[in-house]
Amino acid sequence: MKNQLWQIRKREATLSDSLLIRGGRVIDPANNFDAIADVLVVDGKIAAVKPDINFEAHYEYNAAGKIVTPGLIDMHVHLREPGQEAKEDFVSGSKAAVAGGYTTVATMPNTSPTVDNAALVRSMVKRAEDVGIVNIKIIGAVTKGQHGQELAEMRDMIAAGAVAFSDDGHFDDNAKIFLNALDYLHDTGKVIICHEEETSLVKEGVMNEGKRSALLGLKGRPTVAEDIAVARDVLLAEYTGGRVHIAHISSARAVDIVRDAKKRGVKVTAEVTPQHLTMTDELVDPADASTKINPPLRTQKDCDACLTGLLDGTIDMIVTDHSPHAPEEKDREYIYAPSGFPGLETSVGVLFTELYHTGKIDLKTLIGKMTCNPAQIFGLDAGTLSIDAPADITIIDPELAWTVDAKNFYTKGSHSPFVGREFKGRVVATIVRGNLMKLNQW
Amino acid sequence: MENFSADDIRLVLNTARKFKQVIRRGGDKKLSNLRGKAIVNLFYEPSTRTRTSFELAGKYLGADVVSITSGTSSIVKGESLRDTLRTIEAMGTDAIVMRHKSEGAADFATRVVKPIIINAGDGAHAHPSQALLDLFTIEQAKGRLAGLKVVIVGDILHSRVARSDVYAMTRMGMEVHFAGFKTMLPRFFDFDGVTIHESLDDALKNADVVNVLRIQLERQQAGLFPSTREYARVFGINEDRLRLVKDDALILHPGPQNKGLEISSEATYCERSAIHDQVQNGVAIRMALLNLTLGGAA
Repeated sequence: MKNQLWQIRKREATLSDSLLIRGGRVIDPANNFDAIADVLVVDGKIAAVKPDINFEAHYEYNAAGKIVTPGLIDMHVHLREPGQEAKEDFVSGSKAAVAGGYTTVATMPNTSPTVDNAALVRSMVKRAEDVGIVNIKIIGAVTKGQHGQELAEMRDMIAAGAVAFSDDGHFDDNAKIFLNALDYLHDTGKVIICHEEETSLVKEGVMNEGKRSALLGLKGRPTVAEDIAVARDVLLAEYTGGRVHIAHISSARAVDIVRDAKKRGVKVTAEVTPQHLTMTDELVDPADASTKINPPLRTQKDCDACLTGLLDGTIDMIVTDHSPHAPEEKDREYIYAPSGFPGLETSVGVLFTELYHTGKIDLKTLIGKMTCNPAQIFGLDAGTLSIDAPADITIIDPELAWTVDAKNFYTKGSHSPFVGREFKGRVVATIVRGNLMKLNQW
Repeated sequence: MENFSADDIRLVLNTARKFKQVIRRGGDKKLSNLRGKAIVNLFYEPSTRTRTSFELAGKYLGADVVSITSGTSSIVKGESLRDTLRTIEAMGTDAIVMRHKSEGAADFATRVVKPIIINAGDGAHAHPSQALLDLFTIEQAKGRLAGLKVVIVGDILHSRVARSDVYAMTRMGMEVHFAGFKTMLPRFFDFDGVTIHESLDDALKNADVVNVLRIQLERQQAGLFPSTREYARVFGINEDRLRLVKDDALILHPGPQNKGLEISSEATYCERSAIHDQVQNGVAIRMALLNLTLGGAA
């Protein structure tokens, strides 16, 4: 019913009771499945995954030569509602998600006002249902106003539908409050997603502290700030038995710290972004704020360590940290421009071009990091093509070459260091709850 | 500064030599090289030397020069840098001389508008005209540049002068040494021809030139050193310290100075100090830059 409402308003999806995706290479890491097969969707659910399905579906999609995966999940986006709709809103962000192959996204609470109470969570959940393009999950704040002083009413927010908690955007300096948050959530099983940069060490910093910042004179954000923060939170997770998820890990040493902690059985998980896997601070041009993000682009050694961590399981998942800003906010002096850039629409292109086609990662591992792993960590009913699972499906043409052009973005954000890049591999269809989205006209 | 080749630098220095004679000859200094050209000084940060010398340099060359400071313009009304630049461009401006707090601001400007952009300082990144006038002053005093040992002392981390000096000086074959408290030295600074010292005395040995940087008082509040007194004792340039350098060593300071902090009064006013010459040379260098970029007569 929800989807039908959306159909009428948006007229951008093909409503169908049944959909048959023919002849693609189906990769479903949750079921350890990788073979040429058909996927049959009936009433918004996966009905069958096997070769040569004999069924008269309302709609058939020829996926020959394409890769068919569970709908991608991005547990770290900023859709900017409420209050920052000039940067992004649920509609533009959802369209960007569809264009990028994401069927489930989780939006961060550093908005205006901060999503730090049940009333706001409830209204955002409702708003997400009303928009109804992709599944938008709501992450609540750990502390009131994300100020790091008092715990937010997290159990009320859980009751209202919050899937996880985060004071993303900055580090919670107050170790006691953070420890309390872990204890307070202990029996709920909910995860705290941590932005790991020790505050005093990154104050005023706008790029990685290294050779490049030394030459440019831009103030640095050193890796040691991240390492200290990750070490503290890992130790507090170990001490309390709480669940910590390291957001957008970027430092080689921090990856080591997480790896060691996992060996000890600490309940820590971690995520990394396409940019931190593939871009370095050598790309920072002080005349263009596109590269300004937190944590900043690091060095090749750090990229390599993140990839190693991704492959050996230290890093569980890939997120985009989709952080759009209004064009005029980014189109200004490097030190004044806000941090972050949109990532939903470029991630598959980046990852296929830089990691898959170069042979650095196999598809099953890559898709797992974007589907079943986040679903399992955050307890989402998503990320698999199991029978009766919600029919969230992404179809990728691994050979399709394209060039990133901000004019074609669905996000309201414009400045991305990936603009102008040539990629091989693109999402060609996104199916949410059985509905084939038709944003992608290429 | 990184875009200047040795030949470019040589051209600017040679051009400046001619203009210095114009300044020194007295009487009517007004030339007509840039008659009909309009230059706007756009300064987002306070400045005495750089702004005034660019303004006079343009006027001596016959151009029309207007200075805008951030406090008395629509910048306080929140106008963006892009729009301010476009506004200035629309008035028929041929060159914009720009000082800004953000690194990269001048490069940003070159992408936004068509007039010649001259970087008069962008954050801690670059201050090319200062580096060129430093070279000019050194060459005027020493008769050469290649092979000279320069020590740059003080807050290297936050200094656009040091960063531009490094490019300009190494390109002309000079040996550059940095000296400062480790709290004010850039970590990971890796540059051919540059040596970094945490001890001032080690750095100063046999120096031909000592360039003393300004210490901003906010750095003490930021915890980079405990007191101005201790800074002056350990890193201040004074008569005692100057015994370590060569007898004919030259002392430079980009100004404005904190007397008694990074440099003593005796050191400022001693015979070896070229700090006063730097100011006049600054006008000559800026005349050269404007004349060369705006296509004035040779």
